[in-house]
Amino acid sequence: MARKILTEHINVPGIETFDVYRRQGGYTAVEKAIKTMTPEEVVEEAKKSGVRGRGGAGFPMGMKWGFLAKPEGVPRYLVCNADESEPGTFKDHHLMKSIPHLLIEGMIISSYALGANKSFIYVRGELMYVIRILEKAIAEAKAQGFLGKNILGSGYDLELVVQPGGGAYICGEETALLESLEGKRGNPRNKPPFPAVKGLYQSPTVVNNVESISNMPWIINNGGDAYAAIGIGRSTGTKLISASGHIQKPGVYEIELGVSVEEFINSDEYCGGIRKGHHLKALVAGGSSVPILPANLIMKTANGEDRLMTYESLSDGGFATGTMLGSGGFIVFDETACIVRNTWNFSRFYHHESCGQCSPCREGTGWMEKVLHRIEHGHGSMHDIDLLVDISKKIEGNTICPLGDAAAWPVASAIRHFRDEFVWHITHPQEATQPGAVYMGEMALV
Amino acid sequence: MEEVKPQLLKITFDGIEVEVEPGTTIMQAARKIAEADESQGHLVPPAMCYYKPLPVSGGKCRACLVKVTAGSAKDPRPMPKLVPSCITQVQDGMVVENTTNQAVLDTRRGIVEFLLINHPLDCPICDQAGECHLQDFAFEHGSVKTRYEEERRTFDKIDIGPYVQLHMTRCILCYRCVYTADQITDKRVHGVMNRGDASEISTYIEKAIDNDFSGNVIDVCPVGALTDKTFRFKNRVWFSKPEDAHRECDKCCGKVTLWYRGEEVIRVTARKNTWGEVNDFICNTCRFEKKQTSDWVLEGPTKVKRSSVISANKYRKDLIAKPNFALKLAASQFKKIDDSRPYITDPETIRHLSIENNEKANHRSLAARNN
Repeated sequence: MARKILTEHINVPGIETFDVYRRQGGYTAVEKAIKTMTPEEVVEEAKKSGVRGRGGAGFPMGMKWGFLAKPEGVPRYLVCNADESEPGTFKDHHLMKSIPHLLIEGMIISSYALGANKSFIYVRGELMYVIRILEKAIAEAKAQGFLGKNILGSGYDLELVVQPGGGAYICGEETALLESLEGKRGNPRNKPPFPAVKGLYQSPTVVNNVESISNMPWIINNGGDAYAAIGIGRSTGTKLISASGHIQKPGVYEIELGVSVEEFINSDEYCGGIRKGHHLKALVAGGSSVPILPANLIMKTANGEDRLMTYESLSDGGFATGTMLGSGGFIVFDETACIVRNTWNFSRFYHHESCGQCSPCREGTGWMEKVLHRIEHGHGSMHDIDLLVDISKKIEGNTICPLGDAAAWPVASAIRHFRDEFVWHITHPQEATQPGAVYMGEMALV
Repeated sequence: MEEVKPQLLKITFDGIEVEVEPGTTIMQAARKIAEADESQGHLVPPAMCYYKPLPVSGGKCRACLVKVTAGSAKDPRPMPKLVPSCITQVQDGMVVENTTNQAVLDTRRGIVEFLLINHPLDCPICDQAGECHLQDFAFEHGSVKTRYEEERRTFDKIDIGPYVQLHMTRCILCYRCVYTADQITDKRVHGVMNRGDASEISTYIEKAIDNDFSGNVIDVCPVGALTDKTFRFKNRVWFSKPEDAHRECDKCCGKVTLWYRGEEVIRVTARKNTWGEVNDFICNTCRFEKKQTSDWVLEGPTKVKRSSVISANKYRKDLIAKPNFALKLAASQFKKIDDSRPYITDPETIRHLSIENNEKANHRSLAARNN
C-alpha cells in the first residue's frame, strides 16, 4: 500500500467531527506551528517540502509564499481556491466533504505563516452541502480555541470565512476568483500586478488550492524534508487523482508521485484496469484542459521510458508527445469513445464558460465549438480541420487568463493525435452520425 | 531646490530607440516615436479597448499585442508570450518588435477576424463609418476574406435614453462605455451581462441612461454600437466640416468640436487627440442642446491627423495607402551578403585562379563519369 498523507484517516467513521479528527492526531500541527515556530520557519518548511500547487499550474507553493509583499500597515490575505469545476476533476470536493478539518487545520497554519488575520475559502456555489459541512467544522474549531481571537493563547487572531462562488468555471482562475470574492463579476485581471503584490482588496494575497493547503499539517508534523523524500525529483509528495471514464474503479486515489501510469491504470489498488473486454484508446491526464494522449504515448514516453505520474514525466516531449499532470483529473477512454464527439463536448464547455472579456477567447471558443458541432453532425468539410488548428493557435497564449489555452489545447491535441478520426467524420457523414458510431481505423490500441 | 528628474528608460521599438519616463507603457513609447516623426505613425499598435483618459482600460481586445524580444538590460530574456502593449510597462533596455514580427502580424490578422465575426460590415449605413477604429484596424491588419461560415448574432436596437441608441449587433465588447459610466458619472446603470460570445452591453432591465454625462459613451465607442440620436443618419462624417469651439459651461470644460453641414451644426462632440481619444469629457447640454453657432465662440478649423477619411475628405486611391508590413518585415530581416573579402584586381592572379577552377571542374566531371 502506498503512503497516504491526505487520505490516511478519511475512512475513519465520524472524521468530519472535531472530536474524532482530534483523536486521530488532528490540530497537533497547529499547536506545533503556533507555539514553537515562527511564521518564517513555517514558510521555510513549505519551501523545503517542494510541494507544488495542486490546482493545475504546479508552481512551488513555498516559492509563491516567498513572493508575498509585506508592506507595513496593510492586511495580507490567504484565499483557498475550492472552486473546482473542471470536467474530470473532483478531488477537492471529496477532501472537503470527507475530512473538512484537514483543510481548516491547513488554513490556520498557512495563514499564520503568511501573517493573514482573515482568510477565505472560496467554494463552488453549487456545493452548498460542502459549504455547510465546512461552516460546521469552522464553528467547532472556533469553539475549541483554534480559530478566532488569541489562538491557543499565542496572541495570533484568525477569522476564517467560507464564501460560496459565483458558479462559473472562470471564477477558479485566481484573479477572477478575487474579483468574485470582492463581489464583482468574475473577470480575470490583467497581470502584473500579481496577487502577491495587489490581490484581494488591493492587498497582498496568496491563492492556494485545497489540496496544496491540506498538505501543510503533515509537513509541519513531519518536516519539509520528510515530505520532499516522497516522490521523484521536483515532483514531491503525494497527489490526489480523480480517475473517471472507462475504468473498472473510478474514484479519488492518493498516489505517491512517481507511480507509473501503467500501474495506476491497471493495478487493483487504483483504477483496476480498463473495462473488461475493451482496450485503452486515449487519456486525458490532468482534467479536460490538458492535451489528450493516444494509446501509444500513454504508457511510455517518446524515448521508450516508462511514463510516470509526475509533472515532468507526463509533460515529457512537450505537447508533441506529452501532456500535463494538471489538476489530476484522469479521464480514460477505451475504443468505444468517439474523440470528435468528446472534443466537441469539451469545446462546448469552454465556450459556455469563457468570460467574454478578451476577443480571442470570447469569439474563438464559440467558433471552435460551432465547427466541431458541424463536423460531429456530418456537415464538416476537409478544410475545417486546418481551420480548427489555426483558430486554436490564434487563441493560445493571446488571452488574459489561461482559459484560452485550456480551450485551445484539447482541440489542437485531438487533431494532432486523432486526425484520421476527424477525416473519417467528414468523409463518412452517414456512418459517423449514427448513434454510438466510433472510428475503428488505424488507431494504435494497447 | 533643484528638482530631481527621474532616470529615463531606453526602449528599442521596431529598431528605433526612444527614451521614456518610468511607468510609461510600450504603447505610449510607440506614440512618442510617432509624435516626434509623423511618418512613423503606422508603428503605433492598434487599440480597440485601451483609452488613455479612462484609467485601467486596456488589455482586453488583444489588438495591440507585441513581441518583447528582450525584457530588459538586466534580464535580456524574451517574454514567452506576446504582451499587450497598452498595459505593459517599459523596462530599461527592453526590445520590442511590432510591425517587424511575423507572429505579431499573424495574431493581429486573427484578432481582426475574431472581432469581425460578430460585427457586421455595414459601414455603408453605419454612423461611425469614417471614424471607426475597427475599420482602420481591419484595413491595416485584416485579410480580405473571412473563414467564418456560422450564423452571426443579431440584436434588436435598444433605446437607452433620450439621446443614446444602442445597437448591440455592432458592439465589440471593448468595455470603454462601461468604464466611462463607471468613472465619470455618479451612478452606473449599465454594464456587461452574460458570458462568452453571449456577452452584451445592457442597462439594468433596459433602464434609461439619464445623467448629465451619458453622451460621452458615444464618443468612446470605437465602433458604431452607441450612436447619437440627434445625429443618426443625418450625414456622412467626411461630408461635414469640423470646427473647434467653446462656451462657458458650469458643468464641463465647454471645449468641443462642432460638425457643420453648410451653415448648420449637425453634431457636437468632445475634442479628440491624434489617437482618437477624448481630451476632456463634455456634458449633455453642450453635446445635445447647443446646436446654434450663436451658442459658441468659434476657434477655427479642427486639425485632423489620424482619421484619414476626414482629413482627405474623399476616398482616393493615391491618398489611401495600406501599410506594407510584409515588405517592412522583409527589410528588417534582410541579411546582407558578406562582401568583406578583398577584391582581386591583379590580371595574373585572376588568370591563375581561372586555370585552377577549370582544372577542378574537369576533375569533378571526370570523377562523375568514372562513377
